[in-house]
Amino acid sequence: MNQERYAKQIKLKGFGLPAQQRLQDSKVLIVGAGGLGTPCAQYLNGVGVGTIGLIDEDVISLSNLPRQTLFNEVEIGLSKVEVLAKKLSIQNTATHFICYKTFLTPVNAIAIISEYDIVVDASDNFGTRYLVNDSCVLLNKPFIYGALYSFEGQVSVLNYNNGPSYRCLFPEPTMPSNIPNCDDNGVLGVLPALIGTYQAIETIKIITGVGMPLSGQLLIIDTLSQTHFKITVYAKPENFLITQLKSTYMVPECTMLVSSIDASTLKEWQQVEKKMTLIDVRTATEFSTAHWPSAINIPLIDLPFRYSEIDFNLPIVTICQTGSRSKQAALYLIKETVAQQVFNLQGGLQLIL
Amino acid sequence: MKIISFGITKDITGSLLLDFNMGENPVSIADLKEGLFNKYPKLRGLSTLSIAVNNKYATNETIVHNQDEVALIPPVSGG
Repeated sequence: MNQERYAKQIKLKGFGLPAQQRLQDSKVLIVGAGGLGTPCAQYLNGVGVGTIGLIDEDVISLSNLPRQTLFNEVEIGLSKVEVLAKKLSIQNTATHFICYKTFLTPVNAIAIISEYDIVVDASDNFGTRYLVNDSCVLLNKPFIYGALYSFEGQVSVLNYNNGPSYRCLFPEPTMPSNIPNCDDNGVLGVLPALIGTYQAIETIKIITGVGMPLSGQLLIIDTLSQTHFKITVYAKPENFLITQLKSTYMVPECTMLVSSIDASTLKEWQQVEKKMTLIDVRTATEFSTAHWPSAINIPLIDLPFRYSEIDFNLPIVTICQTGSRSKQAALYLIKETVAQQVFNLQGGLQLIL
Repeated sequence: MKIISFGITKDITGSLLLDFNMGENPVSIADLKEGLFNKYPKLRGLSTLSIAVNNKYATNETIVHNQDEVALIPPVSGG
């Protein structure tokens, strides 16, 4: 270890050479090389974490650049984990990087995570978050949770020293989530860097034993009012009875699995009398106020119980007010039923009714 | 009663902080949720909603008083 390089942190009270050595010996897996993952990786690399695993199948896109500022315009289309590892290994040649150009799945999760001491959940969808949780509970590894919504962020240290897990924070819904993600809802460039850096600090605290980790506490940061809320969370024994992973978790909502059509396409299809099933997934109340003439109403929340009413031989178009719930419905039909052709009405009924 | 709304619940209630009147008598979180759902029907559509009372996670049976501070904490997925 290069002591000159780390002199400033080695001299910190309560840190010293032993803590630096623990960083050097540690292996951290960062799940997601996006808004949270890039700043977290940058600082874990900087402080001298010996081995950093990066897992993400995504490539760099133009709309990533406002918040994933390590990436640049000429790198659009390149693998995030490869570009990130290449840049960070120039910054710190001593770090050992392991890149996984894939998403974390129930098939690969146990094999990959078992190679590491700590996991940083820097993913962008609920499915991966529950998968990270269940894998870490099974393997008895702590993980650092971070997530964003608009101008707010959440951070917590989970599955650490008998503390709560992600399922203690949020029991898994039985339905596709109705919480918009960053793609639907937007995010300000600075916020992921803030939350990702908090995740890096908590990771360092766990590795070195310095300070009090955010275990048993959910930190919620509201950047609009610059208020920090610390909420005490309790471990529930029933959330640690996991014996195996589920065969499927929800797929990443940020990937474009769902085909979309716009309102003019739908009108054209209607004019040429294209055979299709239109499913309006709004509530019965919303449906009764106004609806597309040939649409049937199956509210999103009822979909798991009523999808057998749908004729899967015809193309299916899911519709709602804004295009968000219907996207989740489309995703659900693709993943959980035999539906082959599912289209989401982008922008929703608000544009046409 | 002071209600702090995070994430999507803030979009639904319209503000981070609001005063919600459940009367003078203590009520359970289950009752408070019902009251909030009636005033803000979109909250009912959330498949997961955690509640904290005075900065501690609470259950449906937790009793809240008028002077308590209740936080609505939905999961968030962005990254």
